[in-house]
Amino acid sequence: MDILSSLGLGRSYLEKIFSDAKSFKADISAGKGILDGKVIALAFFEPSTRTYTSFDVAAKRLGASVIGFRSQEDTSMAKGETLSDTIRMLDGYADCIAIRHRYDGAAKLAAEVAKNPVINCGDGRNEHPTQSIVDLYTIVESFGRIDGLTYCLMGDLRYSRTTNSLLYALGQFKPKAVYLSSPDQLAARSEVIDKLGFKCKKIDYDIDSVIEEVDVLYVTRIQKERFADETEYKKAKGSYYINEDLVARMKPEGILMHPLPRIDEIDRRVDRSKKAMYFEEANNGVPVRMAILKRMFDGGR
Amino acid sequence: MRNGTVIDHIPAGKGLKALAILGKKGVGSAKVAILVNAESRKLGRKDMVKVEGRRVGEDEASLIALIAPEATICIVDEYKVAEKHTLSLPKTIKGAIRCTYTRCISNNDSEAESEFRVLSSSPMIIECTYCVTRISEFEVASQF
Repeated sequence: MDILSSLGLGRSYLEKIFSDAKSFKADISAGKGILDGKVIALAFFEPSTRTYTSFDVAAKRLGASVIGFRSQEDTSMAKGETLSDTIRMLDGYADCIAIRHRYDGAAKLAAEVAKNPVINCGDGRNEHPTQSIVDLYTIVESFGRIDGLTYCLMGDLRYSRTTNSLLYALGQFKPKAVYLSSPDQLAARSEVIDKLGFKCKKIDYDIDSVIEEVDVLYVTRIQKERFADETEYKKAKGSYYINEDLVARMKPEGILMHPLPRIDEIDRRVDRSKKAMYFEEANNGVPVRMAILKRMFDGGR
Repeated sequence: MRNGTVIDHIPAGKGLKALAILGKKGVGSAKVAILVNAESRKLGRKDMVKVEGRRVGEDEASLIALIAPEATICIVDEYKVAEKHTLSLPKTIKGAIRCTYTRCISNNDSEAESEFRVLSSSPMIIECTYCVTRISEFEVASQF
């Protein structure tokens, strides 16, 4: 039972994860001993702060041991070993492999090679399903529901794997409206939009026209590392910005989310707003990933 | 032709591509004839390829379907048409073409074999199962 894409995650599975995550968040010691004797491999071929550490902590809170690495330079891939061989080896050592890689589809390939479950922790510009579960859980915490809310995803929607996975996961629910705000060259790809079971409205830069009706404003950074051309990156850089005035115009109960890291797209003064939910979102990484790991060894989705 | 294969109803201009696909397995000493820009009631103009003494296999036929999805294949046996098939795209295409996205794992790991899901035959829409990149008919044809 791999977790490679948010497209395959059912509503009942997600709701069980939310329920378990809530219990773990209320009492972090509630997971003690659940994964005693298990070994989780964290195979991070690309840098990570939150996903790596939260998976590491989540596994240890459940009693599992953790092995792995957090850069390709730490592996024999630096000597020319293939991804497949590296995964084959980790599969022999661990009961589950959480993988991050700069190439799209790397997690799928890992799942084809490994006998044990594989969790996609981000593959290129493709997907980051566990982040979408963390995001949805944060929304549930704030509103008590996911259905019926108005969402605006803003920023680099072309190269952002978190927005792809969030859109796919939202397909399990009934959002009232989903707006997509991005510069033209960073618009969401049709390959992603065509898979959604709901309509999105592209609003380009025009966040002003919808900000007052938005419940969840989800912002992403420009994914500099995925641009093939530095000139294109420079053109896109700084093309959107969230400041205190914009956040003040959101509904009183509205929330501002960001998968982090942020670069320069959110004014630091916005951090003081109670609507700024991104650090809470990051904190939720541990209980949610505890719930994901627990269910993975509980018998599936 | 006594024995062999006739590939008919190839869109005009793609006959040489069909020949290139057959050439992957080699045509050996077989006699090959190609007709280009022939008149066709169905297509207006069409190309046609005849290969004497060689039967085109299913794997080759599915590749030819990528560039000529409505082509027909006739197997000739002792001067008679023994079989006639209209080509159709398979549900998935493995290994035959490359993903155009350079950062797709299928282009970066020797064990990853390219795989595409066929979403639509007409117009042809195929999508990489690794990175979900969609590849146009033109991009497919340019690989042969």
